[in-house]
Amino acid sequence: MKTLAILAVVFAALGVLPLFVVSDVWLNSLIAVLYAALLGQAWNILGGYGGQFSFGHAAFFGTGAYTVAVLQVQYGINPWIGLVAGAAAAGLVAAFVGALSFRYGLRGSYFALVTLAFAEVLRILSNSVPFTGAGVGILIPLDPGAENLQFAHKSGYFWMIWAMALAAFLAAWWLGHSRFGARLMALRDNEDAARALGVSALRIKLGGIVMSGVFSGLAGVFYAQHYLYLDPGLAYGPAISVESLLVPIVGGMGTLFGPLLGAAALHVLSEVTRDIFGDAPGISLAIYGALLIFIVMFLPHGLAGLGRISARRLIRARPA
Amino acid sequence: MILSVSGVSKSFGGLQAVRDASLDVEQGRIVSLIGPNGAGKTTLFALITGFHKPDAGRVVFNGEDVTGQAPERIARLGMVRTFQIVQPFAGQTVRDNIAVGAHLHRPARRDALRKAEEVARQVGLADRLDQDAASLTVAGRKRLEVAKALATDPKLILLDEVMAGLNPSEVRDVIPIIQAIRENGVTIVLIEHVMQAVMSLSEHTWVLNQGETIADGPPAELARDPVVIEAYLGHGMATRLAEEAPVA
Repeated sequence: MKTLAILAVVFAALGVLPLFVVSDVWLNSLIAVLYAALLGQAWNILGGYGGQFSFGHAAFFGTGAYTVAVLQVQYGINPWIGLVAGAAAAGLVAAFVGALSFRYGLRGSYFALVTLAFAEVLRILSNSVPFTGAGVGILIPLDPGAENLQFAHKSGYFWMIWAMALAAFLAAWWLGHSRFGARLMALRDNEDAARALGVSALRIKLGGIVMSGVFSGLAGVFYAQHYLYLDPGLAYGPAISVESLLVPIVGGMGTLFGPLLGAAALHVLSEVTRDIFGDAPGISLAIYGALLIFIVMFLPHGLAGLGRISARRLIRARPA
Repeated sequence: MILSVSGVSKSFGGLQAVRDASLDVEQGRIVSLIGPNGAGKTTLFALITGFHKPDAGRVVFNGEDVTGQAPERIARLGMVRTFQIVQPFAGQTVRDNIAVGAHLHRPARRDALRKAEEVARQVGLADRLDQDAASLTVAGRKRLEVAKALATDPKLILLDEVMAGLNPSEVRDVIPIIQAIRENGVTIVLIEHVMQAVMSLSEHTWVLNQGETIADGPPAELARDPVVIEAYLGHGMATRLAEEAPVA
């Protein structure tokens, strides 16, 4: 209950910020952080809580994005329906990937490779079939209005991503306080022991990947509605998969607030590097890489683990 | 018979780990499985609880044929095992560890946590509920193994060397815990090397050697059985022991 209260306070605080922040630059920053937090929390549900490291969350993200875009452009279906359809389609793709890989007991790097392969297959498919606009991409016609899930002012997009991120964070909180979550974490920590206690590995992991996929799909829907343009490299490209896992690894895997911390830290970092190095291509990626190595080596619990370490140091230091 | 194992065999490549093993366990008893290292005891447990599929033979639990079924299904039916090499959910608290077992028949988090506390009291872990499972001592981890299994409300529990690595006073503490589990109506099958425990707990013992059940009976009788002595100490030892120190 305590963590739920903290979660409520954090999101309430984030929610009132746009009332004071009028500058579009700052609002854009907030949107970027919440968007990365959503992407990261989606990955964290399967990777952090479930211990299944996906390298292809773009498969779910891109499916959400393309679903809402294609339904609008090709079939004239309202994006609100597209939002639900996008999340559902992403969940379906996740169920398919999960059923195939978990059914055959793929773990660790094998699972990571299979997810990467799925994302790449979808990228190539969306590059070749006509109804996604193939390599040219797909452009959603500009038509601002809440009924079209497009907003003339940035604050509309802020509320949209705020609500989506809140849903993902509530889902992650629920994992820490439910039977499903307890079983997912038990499988992560010791699969044999969990099965001996009656936990069905296949069913629970499938549930985990579908949940994860749905929230990734929501992030994709947001992306499509926000930028109104998609192409295969943007929607299904490895950059999305990397960002999905980088955020919770930096912030703290398997923790509720890790993805938010990671998203904020990475955003600040990318702004700072852009300030220092200008827009020199590739610099931010190089720094991300170095940071990832540093975190994995020295902060296995991410930024969320920092608090725990310093608390322990204090306790240890006291008797001396 | 709550558990009936008949003619179960399993080989891994060229190694016949279990050969035509049979045993019948009556409801409400404590029985044990002994044998030299590598006799196939743990493999037999794994065959009974679905972690390995038998090549031949049948496992019937509570009137239902469970041969080769998935471990999670067998656990739901009421037969759970512990692991000789303890398998805690490291990084989680003792409470959360036990709750995973308690969730088997308790969907609500609150009920599972309450059950976890109750079971922790039963096995003497009540004061360590909020400790990280990885920080427990060997004795604590063995108790946690029992607690996790017990929290599933099993009908039958298979304890794989829960006393190995404990000192004699710790063994003395664990024996009444196991007796209390049986008094609550749970049938118990033990794998044990600690003879003090086998003798004082079990009413019936099966001896496994090179994958075969070579003898069974009350443990006190088996300790004098020449076949059993030779299985442990080698060919000819039974007669030499009898010559040197005739059994009174």
